[in-house]
Amino acid sequence: MSVGKHGMVFSEPLLFELKGGGKSGMDLPELDLPLIDAAELLPAEFLREAAELPELSEPEVVRHFTRLSQWNYSVDGGFYPLGSCTMKYNPKVNEVAASIEGFANGHPYAPYGCNQGIKRLLFEFEQDLAEISGMDAVSLHPAAGSHGELTGMMLIRAYHLDRGDLKRTKVLIPDSAHGTNPSSASVCHLESVELPSGPDGLIDMEALDRLMDENVAGIMLTNPNTCGLFETNIERVCQLVHERGGLVYLDGANMNAMVGVTRPGDMGADVLHFNTHKTFSTPHGGGGPGAGPIGVKSLLEPYLPRPVLFEKDGRIEMDFDRPKSIGKVRSFYGSTGVLIRAWTYIKTLGAEGLREMTLWAVTNANYLKARLAGDFHLPFDSQHCMHEVLLTDKFQQERHVSTMDLAKGLIEAGFHPPTVYFPLVVSGALLIEPTETESKETLDHFADALLELSKKSHEELAELPKMPPVGRVDEVLANRKPILRWQPES
Amino acid sequence: MRYFPNDPQTRQEMLQRIGVSRPEDLFAAIPANLQLTSLLNISAPRSEYALLKELKAKAASYPSELPSFLGAGVYRRFIPSAIAPIVSRAEFLTAYTPYQPEVSQGTLQAMFEFQTMLSLLTGMEVANASMYEGASATAEAVMMAKRVYAKGSKVLVSAGLHPEYLETLRTYLSFGDLELVLIPLQANGQTDLEALKAQLDETALCSVLQRVNFYGVIEDASAHAALLEGFKALNIEVLPEMTALGLLKTPGELGVDIFVGEGQSLGLPVSYGGPNLGVFACKAEFMRKMPGRLSGMTEDSRGERAFCLTLSTREQHIRREKATSNICSNQALMALWVTIYLSLLGKSGLRQLAQTNLTLADYARQQMGAAGLKLRYSGAVYNEFVLELPCNAGLWVDKIQHEGLLAGVNLNRFNAEDESGLLLSFTELNSKQEIDLLVSKLKELL
Amino acid sequence: MEVRAELKYTEEHEWLSIQGNKATLGITDFAQNKLGDIVFVELPEVGTIVEAGETIGNIESVKAVSEIFCPVAGEVTEVNKDLEDEPDLVNTSCFDDGWIVKIRIDSSDLTDANLMSDEEYTQHCANE
Repeated sequence: MSVGKHGMVFSEPLLFELKGGGKSGMDLPELDLPLIDAAELLPAEFLREAAELPELSEPEVVRHFTRLSQWNYSVDGGFYPLGSCTMKYNPKVNEVAASIEGFANGHPYAPYGCNQGIKRLLFEFEQDLAEISGMDAVSLHPAAGSHGELTGMMLIRAYHLDRGDLKRTKVLIPDSAHGTNPSSASVCHLESVELPSGPDGLIDMEALDRLMDENVAGIMLTNPNTCGLFETNIERVCQLVHERGGLVYLDGANMNAMVGVTRPGDMGADVLHFNTHKTFSTPHGGGGPGAGPIGVKSLLEPYLPRPVLFEKDGRIEMDFDRPKSIGKVRSFYGSTGVLIRAWTYIKTLGAEGLREMTLWAVTNANYLKARLAGDFHLPFDSQHCMHEVLLTDKFQQERHVSTMDLAKGLIEAGFHPPTVYFPLVVSGALLIEPTETESKETLDHFADALLELSKKSHEELAELPKMPPVGRVDEVLANRKPILRWQPES
Repeated sequence: MRYFPNDPQTRQEMLQRIGVSRPEDLFAAIPANLQLTSLLNISAPRSEYALLKELKAKAASYPSELPSFLGAGVYRRFIPSAIAPIVSRAEFLTAYTPYQPEVSQGTLQAMFEFQTMLSLLTGMEVANASMYEGASATAEAVMMAKRVYAKGSKVLVSAGLHPEYLETLRTYLSFGDLELVLIPLQANGQTDLEALKAQLDETALCSVLQRVNFYGVIEDASAHAALLEGFKALNIEVLPEMTALGLLKTPGELGVDIFVGEGQSLGLPVSYGGPNLGVFACKAEFMRKMPGRLSGMTEDSRGERAFCLTLSTREQHIRREKATSNICSNQALMALWVTIYLSLLGKSGLRQLAQTNLTLADYARQQMGAAGLKLRYSGAVYNEFVLELPCNAGLWVDKIQHEGLLAGVNLNRFNAEDESGLLLSFTELNSKQEIDLLVSKLKELL
Repeated sequence: MEVRAELKYTEEHEWLSIQGNKATLGITDFAQNKLGDIVFVELPEVGTIVEAGETIGNIESVKAVSEIFCPVAGEVTEVNKDLEDEPDLVNTSCFDDGWIVKIRIDSSDLTDANLMSDEEYTQHCANE
């Protein structure tokens, strides 16, 4: 493979194809003992041949990964309006915070007192999340949003089982929900029942009334929902579910539309999760790590994963003695490094800043809606949108231009596409979430680009993108003949 | 608010275009009684300077400078300076999940390299792009076993499994109808394979064995595999301290069906136990039953090599309630970190690292034995072992901390009846000098 | 869209070719077109006993999964092994080389199976 491609865009072979041989890119600390050969200590049948890892010097490794990085689009590099993903700016101070020596080295089993600082920080973070959401208690254990969903649904099941209510094995989930909702319900053996949306994109109260019976453990709903709409009947929904013995799970994916303005706890939610990598600015990292703290009302508090943090005599302690706890859902106490970043964000913005964040996230989305309405079909227009706006390709389809064409065209124009073909309740969805950290100038450039693309023909768009280091990628081939690892040439 | 780019005048222009006078007007759909009328009870905004000062003060409670023998599922590693600057590059750090392959080739190729690296390290045919961490990944492995062998119902678990992994697994299983059977350890610290044998029948779903077990003893994985032959039960191996694979036979060679590791041990910061990294690998025949994302090699429209997410129909965003797992976010950045770590370490470095750990632990065992201290188990170890203290382990650990050592993990933490067990871990960050100091302190107990 | 007169059809877009107690099942041209490029067909094992209306496998495109329903009870006697390596046969030849399973049935069950003729099926697709 050639090194230069076009201009300064480089092609880069796989790590394993780089010329190796006898090199190492890392010095181990000096050992003040003679190194013992493993064969002297361990039975021969326990031992392996050396793993065929690359043999490269430090500069070769650094250049390889630096080149790979240059093939990625990123929030720091440009507008990333993925709906329901909240791709906001990830502040640099958060990164510094998480890498401070005492945090980076802190061992979870260190003796008494060593981890008092990090425990204090986590305790403060729990209190702030409880205040933001209007819930009574918070657990930081879950490793990501969907893990928080699973933990939350486990709490709901544990609550019913503890009361001897064994028949509640179903959960109602609106058809506009993220796929993680029904999937999380399945993992803790709850059967998903789809709750259809009404013509206005909101929960259909009649359907809820019909489906909410004594076999239903609860409802999982997202508010604002994935159509970018606030569920105006939220209090009635929660009331009806509660009256019939169910509990309400609120998917906090869209908290960026609510912080400082309204609180799920006040609406009637019994349990919710937060996505720190959405609302609280921790980086997505190309897919993770996330963190998925959950908040609960007091009726679910006894079931929280253990241990639980509490304050005693000015110190933060861990309570392991929780007889009704569902137990642990992971090792140790959560994605601490991620939580430190989120703490830093909340403390940086403070109460005023958090409210501003929400106001401008919603303003930015409505500004884009105002710029694009008319040229794009708005499937639901009964209210101002919240932090994201849902459009479809209905008008463009009249000329056979699809959402996918527009998405690939946006890449050519230098923007990451919005979320496409989700939610599933409309055909050809484009779900656009600008976040509060984008300027009007950027929003205008994006709107101009999208409006221009929407006037092009399918034939013109089908050839795009031309600019990125690769052309349209053959996903069909990747699925028909999966190649999931490099193999040495035999 | 330094993160919000629009000045007041621009904001007014935007509101005007929308057709409202104040941003608050955009929230009309929220019933008035649900709208907050005052600010949240959260502190006022604070400067970067003040916050960093507070963070450093909080972090200072941890005595980073003390020699440490803490391990037990999270391991202290020397981390080369080259890793953090690459992982912190915004192109990796601030990118989303690579659903749009044309603008995510960097992440996708790095994921593919991670999958390959882990396949080479474990000898397994397929590794995914990561899970959250070891404990929940172990639970995922058991749930996957159920998809492979639907008739199995009995989950056989070695008592040498990390207690927090075991508790996590119990949590996951408590809502279904699988039965967990704990297989005890024998006196030498290895799993009692006779006891396992007695439980093997057609209802056995899987056998979960932590190869270098929680108490540091290396299990006889060949005998374990041989025992499972002729049964449908899946062989699940768990390995929190993955550098042991610098020396030990690979799970692939041993016929393991599903391998779960904790990738923190491959060069990630300890970070109070998170974010860590679930490593998940299996035989190719089970590929479509696997949880988690996979990057696949393919071609672009120009016929050149390219990568994209593949076999996505297994996942929650497509298969919803029938998905192989509910996992969505994974540990992509941690996986990148480990890929760089292993690239730098290389073939000879990994072997040397593992031998260094082995050497230090062996030296400590010899010195402690010579001093008349008692080891709990006689089985072969890699870099951890349990010391039987002649006193209360918790009290001693607290006392010795004040004398300048983080002396190990008090096992009372996991078992109320265990008052004398101390789990010690030795990595390349320890030295003969530190071990001599530890031994001298221990001698005072005799 | 191709519809063949000699076949029977289901609401879920499977076709059946029935000869006495033997039925061959596949998915229709309408269905394969809607799914797009098929990348994987999950087949049942030979010998599987199926109830009427049960799922016997899945057909996958890159971003969708569609279940294959069997409208009539029976035993799977043969599966199309060619689909393991060439799932796109369902796209290129859905009524011939892209057949999915063969089932031994009791032909008296067919009256309850709610099968459609080619004309009824064409109308059914028009309504979707």
